[in-house]
Amino acid sequence: MLRFILRRLLIIIPMALLVVTLTWGLIRLAPGNFYSGEKKLPAAVEAAIRKKYGLDEPWYKQYGMMMANVVRGDFGDSLKYPGQSVNEIIRRHLPYSATIGILAYFLALFVGMLAGTYAALKQNSVFDFGPMALAMLGLSIPNFVIAPVLVILFAFWLYVFPPARWGGASSLVLPVVTLAAVYAAYIARLTRAGMLEVLRSDFVRTARAKGLDDRTVLFRHAFRGGILPVVSFTGPALAALLAGTVVVEKVFALPGLGDIFIKAVLNRDEPLVLGIVAFLSILIMVFNLIVDVSYGFLDPRIRYE
Amino acid sequence: MSGTAETIISVEKLKTYFDTEDGRVMAVDDVTFELKKGETLGIVGESGSGKSVTNLSILRLIPEPPGKIAAGKIIFDGDDLLQLSVEELRKVRGKRIAMVFQDPMTSLNPFLKISTQLTEVTRLHLGHTHGEAREHAIKMLKLVGIPDAEVRIDGYPHELSGGMRQRVMIAMALSCDPELLIADEPTTALDVTIQAQILELIKDLKARMGTSVILITHDLGVVAGMTDHVIVMYAGKIFERARTADLFSRPGNPYTRGLLRSVPDPEHERGEPLYQIPGLPPDLADPPPGCPFAPRCDRTEDICRTEFPPFVELHSGHHSLCHFAREVWEESLQTAGVDRRELEDIRSVDG
Ligand SMILES: Nc1ncnc2c1ncn2[C@@H]1O[C@H](COP(=O)(O)OP(=O)(O)O)[C@@H](O)[C@H]1O
Ligand SMILES: [Mg+2]
Repeated sequence: MLRFILRRLLIIIPMALLVVTLTWGLIRLAPGNFYSGEKKLPAAVEAAIRKKYGLDEPWYKQYGMMMANVVRGDFGDSLKYPGQSVNEIIRRHLPYSATIGILAYFLALFVGMLAGTYAALKQNSVFDFGPMALAMLGLSIPNFVIAPVLVILFAFWLYVFPPARWGGASSLVLPVVTLAAVYAAYIARLTRAGMLEVLRSDFVRTARAKGLDDRTVLFRHAFRGGILPVVSFTGPALAALLAGTVVVEKVFALPGLGDIFIKAVLNRDEPLVLGIVAFLSILIMVFNLIVDVSYGFLDPRIRYE
Repeated sequence: MSGTAETIISVEKLKTYFDTEDGRVMAVDDVTFELKKGETLGIVGESGSGKSVTNLSILRLIPEPPGKIAAGKIIFDGDDLLQLSVEELRKVRGKRIAMVFQDPMTSLNPFLKISTQLTEVTRLHLGHTHGEAREHAIKMLKLVGIPDAEVRIDGYPHELSGGMRQRVMIAMALSCDPELLIADEPTTALDVTIQAQILELIKDLKARMGTSVILITHDLGVVAGMTDHVIVMYAGKIFERARTADLFSRPGNPYTRGLLRSVPDPEHERGEPLYQIPGLPPDLADPPPGCPFAPRCDRTEDICRTEFPPFVELHSGHHSLCHFAREVWEESLQTAGVDRRELEDIRSVDG
């Protein structure tokens, strides 16, 4: 088990470097530069900039220099915000994204598992079709539609939550709900399917035959097996959630990492893009590892090697 | 036939159906039988004949929907189990009537330790403390012949072989010393060599604990040495009901005769295919008119295809559902009957 974790942690480093390399390649292949704007720069100025940032060197030398820094965890300074290191920018903007991300994550898990379990227990009744229809809706409506609808409803009509920007707990509600909606829907469907399968299983019948009450049957015997599909979904869910924050932060004008990331890409702010990509890829891989390990705690049949 | 002092359970006119896409499937249709204290009843029949549904109905373990216990009475110790409140029924389940299921691979919870699965029954029904329950569980595991019970108890089901798992199931079922044990094809999923051991174990424990047993099987060979009475089921109905010895020596139903012919006998040539009743059981959602066995029967006449057969009493305690029950019974005396002792020989050869 420990060896499994260690090996997986070790793999993360080369994987992250690979992701950085690919991202770097994509940035370089894409047309345009961080310094090219609307109008063309004088040739001398352009040459000076290219020299300053080492862009006149052959590509493999540039790549080597970039990698040498990245390996040491140093992404250098942002090109757009000179004097600010990439690490510092990430540190400053991460809390916003992390807050809504984590809140949305738990909200989605809670609502999704509750609705899914309930629907499974009341299979083919109103309490099944109702939440499931809602889930279907949640799945088919994209974030950028849900957000304005919620804003119009709760901010402009009911005046309960602010429409945008960061400012205390109430400003979190709409972004978190928007972000959570799709995942809650997905988790509800996964939970329902998982629970239905387990509730039909022989060992749940055995538990009933033993005279256990419904609660014990549900929570002690059925729940673990029923939520396994949800657990394996939580890894990919995090990745998708991160992508979701990009949209949500844009819509609600929150100064999170997603917002910074979009700007960095549009600005061709290469160090910042690489830094955020490396950070997110490591985050996702660590999280997937956590998910795999917790899977093993839930299902004793799984053995790590 | 109900209500005598020594009857442990009597099932009367039980009907259980399932609503499926193909329509309403009458899985159990008008089934009546009773079991005396301390006796063993065998229920045999091909797969799909309604054996499991009959017994799941006793503890109301039919998934509803799509299933429904539509009619009948199940009298256990003076109470109709079908009329009990769920709370009262739960006090019967696992405590007074316990079940062992066909597939020990799937019938134990793969996510829970064996200790949890064993102790929760006695903590619930016998009010055991954690320590008492554990001690009792180890005792039960030893009783069913699990080596290293003290160690095994902290393991998970997947760490055990199929035979050992079934032993755990049996230990679990017997841990509250139930009055009735229902074993639904307890050996079907196991290797042949293990099958005999498990049957021997059930027989032994039954004798020791005085439990009444309903033993379900699709293999008449299993029934021979184990049971006092047998009911033969087909298409959700009881086709024949008799004392075990009578059923083997003088079957009164063509279906039973077919089943008897499909039991392998010692002189059976290896490699030579076993006898099989031709055809398949009827579609229970759309059963044929008349006798459900008529399309497969070797002595079908016109009446069989049009009229449902009567349940004929051949002699005391021996009934057969057939238009020609008496004729078949008479014939059996001369031809198809298999001596009971002969069948016990078969079983011991098998084991
Ligand atoms: N959950 C279910 N849903 C629909 N039909 C069922 C269900 N369980 C059993 N049946 C039907 O009931 C009939 C009897 O099944 P069963 O009692 O399991 O047979 P067996 O004699 O092999 O134990 C079969 O035709 C089967 O298809
Ligand atoms: Mg069965």
